[in-house]
Amino acid sequence: MSTATESRPISTYLFRRPRVRLFSLLALPMTWIVGVYILSLFLLLITAFWYVDPFTSLVRPGFTLDNFQAVFTEPAYISTSLRTLWIALAVTILSVIFAVPLGLYMAKIAPAWLRNALAVAITLPLWAGYLVKIIAMRLVFTEEGFFNWLMAPFGIKGPGFSMPIVILTLTYLWFPYMALPVYTAIRQIPTNLFDASSDLGARGFMTIYRVVIPLITPAIIAGSVFTFSLSLGDYLAARFTGGATQMIGSMIAANINLNPPMAAAFSMVPITFVVIYLMVARRTGSLERM
Amino acid sequence: MKRKKLAVLSLLSASVLILGGCSSDGDSSGLSIEVPDIPMHEAMGEFEGELNIVNWSGFVEPAWTDEFTAQTGCKVNPRVAGTSDEMVTLMRTGNYDIVSASGDAALRLIVGGDVQPLNIDLIPNFGGEIAEGMKGNVYDTVNGKPYGVPIGRGANLLQYNSDVTGGAPESWDVVWETDSPYAGKVTAYDAPIYIADAAVYLMYHNPELNIKNPYSLDADQLAAAIDLLKQQNSIIGEYWSDPVAQITSFVGGNTVVGTSWEILRKFAAKENLKTTLPKEGSTGWYDSWLVSSTTKNVNCAYAWMDYTSRADVNGAIAMNFGMAPANIAFCATSEKAQAHCDEFAAEDEEFFKQVWPWTTPIETCLDGRTDVKCTSFQEWTNAWLTVKG
Repeated sequence: MSTATESRPISTYLFRRPRVRLFSLLALPMTWIVGVYILSLFLLLITAFWYVDPFTSLVRPGFTLDNFQAVFTEPAYISTSLRTLWIALAVTILSVIFAVPLGLYMAKIAPAWLRNALAVAITLPLWAGYLVKIIAMRLVFTEEGFFNWLMAPFGIKGPGFSMPIVILTLTYLWFPYMALPVYTAIRQIPTNLFDASSDLGARGFMTIYRVVIPLITPAIIAGSVFTFSLSLGDYLAARFTGGATQMIGSMIAANINLNPPMAAAFSMVPITFVVIYLMVARRTGSLERM
Repeated sequence: MKRKKLAVLSLLSASVLILGGCSSDGDSSGLSIEVPDIPMHEAMGEFEGELNIVNWSGFVEPAWTDEFTAQTGCKVNPRVAGTSDEMVTLMRTGNYDIVSASGDAALRLIVGGDVQPLNIDLIPNFGGEIAEGMKGNVYDTVNGKPYGVPIGRGANLLQYNSDVTGGAPESWDVVWETDSPYAGKVTAYDAPIYIADAAVYLMYHNPELNIKNPYSLDADQLAAAIDLLKQQNSIIGEYWSDPVAQITSFVGGNTVVGTSWEILRKFAAKENLKTTLPKEGSTGWYDSWLVSSTTKNVNCAYAWMDYTSRADVNGAIAMNFGMAPANIAFCATSEKAQAHCDEFAAEDEEFFKQVWPWTTPIETCLDGRTDVKCTSFQEWTNAWLTVKG
């Protein structure tokens, strides 16, 4: 026995000192969370109360609520916030609409080889650079681009760079984050539940609505946290595929050099949206089951 | 706060000084602007061994920095910035010695005390054959003191797709009026300084607004320009700040008319894309070297300004970036140089007389008015962000 303890001096030391044990466990994550994450958020919040010297355009510490007032009163800011919220919701809904049937097919119908092939196909775009994918969408939907060329024989013309294309691009970007948790959740549903549902007289859609959806709601919420919050913060998709469409991110990006306190105040908007979203998600009880 | 009071005071004193009135051509003579008192470099000393430059893409290339480093021992560390606003932010970090600032960044840096006045005696190559229109402009010469060494200039032209428009549009109205035949296929420059383009249009079409200088707008004139920009917003296809996006937008057919630079048209390399200077005139960018007030490498900075003012080096920068060189002695050096100067109107002062050089708007009215306070760049910035909704 004594040989074993002697050969593990660190374990022995830690065993006797629970506080040190706790500290060594938490030191690294706490440094990260407090030192990098919380601190930078805090600095951001502080800056939102500062102002820019109108004479020299230099940022000056101080206290003003003008920036927040502008966020809530300036029509351009309000419409941009609402537009971004709507885009993020549309991306999330679109992702769910695509992910559920796909997940069902992959998990319950497709043969093993096809299931694997589809899983690879879903994750493959994650390997490509984010900017590359946005530029690809720009090229596809440009006036003389692939989409218009393909659709020309049918007399269909793309909408040009606009909000629908931004929604499509963001859905393309974030779809894997919805598809994978949904697929995994559907796979975990025992097949005999489908049989039972069918025995009780439910048809396909009724089974999806009454059995599948309730069981995979936690997965959908988990996926939607990604699709929703990532869409809220994005601005490159709007810049390259949105035409004149402005999102919260575009406003922050435009302000970051011109008026950093205003950018800081505006960045509170998506944070607020996400917090509200998470609170609503928690209400539904889905977060506990995640 | 103290500085603000100072600014108001200076405005008052300025108004006394310029009661005699001042020409509206952007000439700084007679216009007094409050700037922090920063000493200039008195005499050349030993080279420090390095030089940190904030520059536009294409201004600092091994093709001419190698010779400079061999001559002076100053190692050149360039940092490319994408916009004037980014340049100002970078210079304010204090990590850079010199910047190739356009006029809209220059005056901001001068007034903010971020750059120092220059001792022209230490730059022998400066002055010789600087293009007339680049001498002593308010963006780099304040209260008679020079702050910048000119590098080159270019106009913001109207680019059009001649397959769609037929001939050259005579007026900027195709990008401003909602009944434009190209509504939805219009592009505009994505920066607050673009407000001046609206002001140039209003100067011509709404004389009752009494705009004399597009960078010197009182609150009412700014509001009129913003209204015009909001009107334009409804016919905009895309705003551009990234040159590559602008080129692909024109080439891909999403944009038919809009603001452009001669060099972007050249890069697009399509026969049907052409540029013109409409009857209202336009704005333009005039770039100069400005030296940081906190630089540790002031001798290298002076050596760099002198070196790049040499006709051949200045010409090499101008050709590489695609602009009119400041030192027009370059034009006569070769046939190729002459062709470049002709293409970019380097010696054509009549052309550049129709171009208003980008200048940071400040509270002091640059057109000499003293009975009103003009809108500052910060007000332009805040107003600009309301345009795009």
